[in-house]
Amino acid sequence: MITLSNIVHRYDDEVVLDIPAFTAAPGSHGLVLGRSGSGKTTLLHLLAGVLRPTRGQVTVAGEDLGALSGDALDRFRGRHIGLVFQQMHLLKTLTVTQNLLMAPYMAGLPHDRERARAVLTSLDLADKADAYPAALSTGQRQRVAIARAVMNRPEVLLADEPTSSLDDVRSVQVLDLLTEQANACEATLLIATHDRRVKDRFPNRLDLDEADARVAEMSW
Amino acid sequence: MNLIRLTLSYVRQRPLQAALNVVMLALGIATIVVLLLFSSQARDNLEATAQGIDAVVGAKGSPLQLILSSVYHMDVPTGNISVQEARQIQAHPLVASSIPLALGDSYRGFRIVGTTSQYPQHYDAALAAGAWWDATYEVTVGHRVAREHNLSVGDSVITAHGLTGGHLHEDRPLSVVGIMEETGTVVDRLLLTSVETVWAVHGQYEEDGHEDHDHEDHGDEEGNDEGEHAHSEQGDAHAHDDDDAAASGEAGGRAPASGGPATPPGQQGAPGPGGMRLPGSPGGGTAVGALATDREYTALLIGYSSPIAAATFPRFVNRETDMMAASPAFETARMFELLGVGFEVLQAFGFILILAATLGIFIALYNAMQDRQYDLAVMRTLGASRSTLTRHVLLEGLLFAVAGLVLGLALGHLATGLLAVTVDQAQDMNLTAWAWAPRQTWLVGLALAVGAVSALLPAVQAYRTDLAFTLARE
Repeated sequence: MITLSNIVHRYDDEVVLDIPAFTAAPGSHGLVLGRSGSGKTTLLHLLAGVLRPTRGQVTVAGEDLGALSGDALDRFRGRHIGLVFQQMHLLKTLTVTQNLLMAPYMAGLPHDRERARAVLTSLDLADKADAYPAALSTGQRQRVAIARAVMNRPEVLLADEPTSSLDDVRSVQVLDLLTEQANACEATLLIATHDRRVKDRFPNRLDLDEADARVAEMSW
Repeated sequence: MNLIRLTLSYVRQRPLQAALNVVMLALGIATIVVLLLFSSQARDNLEATAQGIDAVVGAKGSPLQLILSSVYHMDVPTGNISVQEARQIQAHPLVASSIPLALGDSYRGFRIVGTTSQYPQHYDAALAAGAWWDATYEVTVGHRVAREHNLSVGDSVITAHGLTGGHLHEDRPLSVVGIMEETGTVVDRLLLTSVETVWAVHGQYEEDGHEDHDHEDHGDEEGNDEGEHAHSEQGDAHAHDDDDAAASGEAGGRAPASGGPATPPGQQGAPGPGGMRLPGSPGGGTAVGALATDREYTALLIGYSSPIAAATFPRFVNRETDMMAASPAFETARMFELLGVGFEVLQAFGFILILAATLGIFIALYNAMQDRQYDLAVMRTLGASRSTLTRHVLLEGLLFAVAGLVLGLALGHLATGLLAVTVDQAQDMNLTAWAWAPRQTWLVGLALAVGAVSALLPAVQAYRTDLAFTLARE
């Protein structure tokens, strides 16, 4: 469940985001579309509590992010929000399993090796559990990044341009995996992309390029 | 996962850089550990040895030399004092106790000390076997001497003239009547006997006609090797010779024992006051009349009867007599002042190494933070707070510091241990690696401070990582 109300975000007096009202139902999946510079990443950062909006209220999984202090916000993010980056950044000094276990450790949750094994198996990575990121292919690394994002069974899964560097076949595979994993955790999935190829796969779309996004209320 | 494993994983990524920083820190700490162990033990040992000795009275010369030779048995004596003069000192109202010492001979590098039973009592030396010396030519041996030369009661030892091994008094063996227990003091490396024995060992040459044995041959060595002739300070001619110095032949001297009839000790006996030739007879043109080694002490160890004596007694001795009084406390303090310069230079070297290590760790962490900004941001997205990241970086600095500290302490104690078993002087002061100098505790604090200080700025960097900016950058 995601709710935005009266969101305005500015960088140096320039309004980059203006969303009067937006709601995504629990467990729903949708896209945030827009050219680069349209505010997709900013929106994702607002939802993840990485940024605080200039004005307005962000509610994620029933929690008003603006009401949380710094450390509490970090902890909330770790426990309830999964993030997948375009760069699928893994910690290269740690093995795949250790990368996964960083998620519960940093969020202050129990050290759940079983969960790590299960997630890796579901992403067809069981045999890579003790490999270092440098030994993995791009596709495998992407899957490890997804695995880490869902380790703590987040209520909201946010992916920033997960397909931009992939060919058509791979893009479809990654979107399928994200959908699958989001369903497995019953998480609300939001994918920010400028990749129009994937547009038709999701009926729910928030298009930041369209003028009406700024004025209309929207929910799915 | 935990923070330590995470931190170690980064350290493992650059093993050589990490090793360099740790080794540099360890060397700095080891240098200081050796200095601390050495200086604290040296000081303790010197102070313990001089405990209860308020002053030493001996022949005029260097006060430090007098202390070193008579209290620590490390240097050669300044000369001798006559028994008559010594009596005058012993009778002084400010003198509560006085222990006479007669030095001059050695057994394989260990000194023979002619003294009274007061001397071992002063150091609380107890017998491990046998008895204290009683008759002339009897000797009671210190623990280390007995151990190193495997001596036991009933053995006889051939002493050498001089402190560093001159010719042997082969015709005058001393018989070991007792072995002392280990005391941890200077007594462990001494052979104790009566003053009369020391006199007799030398005096007997006059009668055997070997009196001239080495003084002509060695005369020119005396400057270099004074230890041989502590009791002939005043002139070239040896005291033994006062009545027939003129007759000194060159030849006979070298092998005194070969022909000399080994007169039984009993016969030779302790020289009673009248038993020996007196120095009175003005002998063949040699120096001063007071050359009678057989009636001389090397020094008196003095205990004062009143604290006032510290101010007045040395002045009295130095002004009114031909002797000199020196204070062990004062002289050892002076010696440490001299040594202190060397210690400070070495210590500064140690601190420079530690400073360089601090800088090295700082640079390593600072660069690491540049490389790891994105990693830090990812950790934040996984729920790590700013303070967790700060702790992660501080932990890395402390990890280096603790590794350097542990290695440094180990190296320092190891080096001290090696010093203790390989260097004779270190053995003389009972140097041990199994000790903890009080100031070493400061090193623990210092090392932790090195870790914290070098990690401080990188930790602040980590704390300030702008999450949104870093994530959006790539």
